[in-house]
Amino acid sequence: MSIPKSAGPNNTAQGEAIKAIPLRHPWRNVIAVVLVLLLALFVVDAAQRPDYGWPEVGKYIFDKRISQAAWVTLSLTVYSMIGAITLGLLIAIMRLSPNPVLNGVAWLYLWIFRGTPVYVQLVFWGIVALIYPVFTIGIPFMDPWITFDNTIFTNLFVTAIIGLALNEAAYMSEIVRAGLLSVDEGQEEAATALAMSWTQTMRFVVVPQAMKIIIPPTGNEVISMLKTTSLVAAIPLSIDLYGVSRGISAVTFTPVPLLIVASLWYLLFTSVLMVGQYFIEKRFSRGSGRRAESSTPDPTPPEIPSPGALPGTVPAPLGNEPGGKG
Amino acid sequence: MTEEPMVRADRVSKSFGSNMVLRSISLEVQRGEVLCMVGPSGSGKSTFLRCINHLEKIDAGRLFVEGELVGYRQKGEKLLELKPKEASLQRRDIGMVFQRFNLFPHMTALENISQAPMRVKGLPKAKAVARAMELMERVGLGDKADHYPAHLSGGQQQRVAIARALAMDPKLMLFDEPTSALDPELVGEVLDVMKGLARSGMTMIVVTHEMGFAREVADSLVFMDGGVIVESGDPREMLANPKEARTQSFLSKVL
Repeated sequence: MSIPKSAGPNNTAQGEAIKAIPLRHPWRNVIAVVLVLLLALFVVDAAQRPDYGWPEVGKYIFDKRISQAAWVTLSLTVYSMIGAITLGLLIAIMRLSPNPVLNGVAWLYLWIFRGTPVYVQLVFWGIVALIYPVFTIGIPFMDPWITFDNTIFTNLFVTAIIGLALNEAAYMSEIVRAGLLSVDEGQEEAATALAMSWTQTMRFVVVPQAMKIIIPPTGNEVISMLKTTSLVAAIPLSIDLYGVSRGISAVTFTPVPLLIVASLWYLLFTSVLMVGQYFIEKRFSRGSGRRAESSTPDPTPPEIPSPGALPGTVPAPLGNEPGGKG
Repeated sequence: MTEEPMVRADRVSKSFGSNMVLRSISLEVQRGEVLCMVGPSGSGKSTFLRCINHLEKIDAGRLFVEGELVGYRQKGEKLLELKPKEASLQRRDIGMVFQRFNLFPHMTALENISQAPMRVKGLPKAKAVARAMELMERVGLGDKADHYPAHLSGGQQQRVAIARALAMDPKLMLFDEPTSALDPELVGEVLDVMKGLARSGMTMIVVTHEMGFAREVADSLVFMDGGVIVESGDPREMLANPKEARTQSFLSKVL
């Protein structure tokens, strides 16, 4: 290897600065203009079409029945996700446990609940109260000791939460499992070598580290669940956002405006959730070892870019225009 | 009274599938002894280390720590596998240090050290933290207690890992290539901590490629290849005049 004289340590003069003409992208601009024109055309046209019923949209968007139904949808989402995350964590841990019985049970659960459509499952939970009108405790095929009515599955709101949570738990368990598997094997080994039990190892070492892998897709599942709640019509439960707007439109014979109303509410919720997810992801993608509060003199802690910065920061464009008419 | 050796391996064998990694290994480690194990990669030395605290199960032979069978219980003619609780009880007295440190990245150095004494021995937090602080001082990192592993150099991380193992007050320390993942300039600080530990009378089994450490600190040296002990003896004598041809050719490459 040889070092040219000009690059020697004594030569502090910089080389000539680069002043190049940047590469132009003319077609990007053209395509953008065309798309904007097409969108404008659609908006102007839609504003004039009577079928959209914009005055109706304005009338129902803040209707009390609608906002109450929106609250029901939100409650269904929150409760069923809490159930799904708890159960999903349990199933994921069972799947990874060295116990073949737990493993088998978890596998069976996953097979059934992931292998059948959620709509079909909801229909089933809706008729469970007819199949099992009473619960009994006792020796099988003998007179039961205790008998009580099936009041759980006659409450359709609770039935909806159970149905949604049981289905979602199957998907959550796979997310959690992926998170747990992402934790380096050496972590479990080190904890074992320190004489920690398997449960302690999971609770204090593995699960906390898996969270950063688990959180982003879980946010995705929450958003997905918000919309899946519209399927509770299968139970049939009709007090949710979609159910109520359909109920109203069945009376007024104006289906399209109420579909728009329901969509706007769903969009509002998902937008809020996306913003929330953005911040949670930002927090967890820092990596637990590089938390800001650690009192470190480290000059430049390497900043890990948040994986796939979400489009969630930009409100969905659809959210603005028709709603403004109200 | 003849005291039981700290570790006694009696014709220990171990296979991974059809690959036999340990072939009838017999050795003894006395209390306070420092044993270094050297040999090419895949010679089985790390596996042997992991068998001692039952991270791996052995297939044949018997392995005793302080006269107690590792991982099993002899009941008459029968051998019973220990429950996880009993197995972890055996591990409490054995500290282990890994090549890749394996510190818990979501905990500070201090939390890494105080974790096991709190969770496993049920030590009150204040006591565990005080003891952890003491150990941090001992490995020369008193000012780094609140740092997360990611903010520490490899050498510092390994010293924390040693402190973490010491926090359980082990009678035996296992070192699995503790300096192999370190930058050359950081090896010294870790070896210094280990030397201090050896001088304090700790029983140690060290799998290493650091022949200088073996010569200086070890009481005995074992050379392994292909799952068998090829040669063993006094480290200075063996490093200077290896008897076996295989030992000679290995040492000529690493020294």
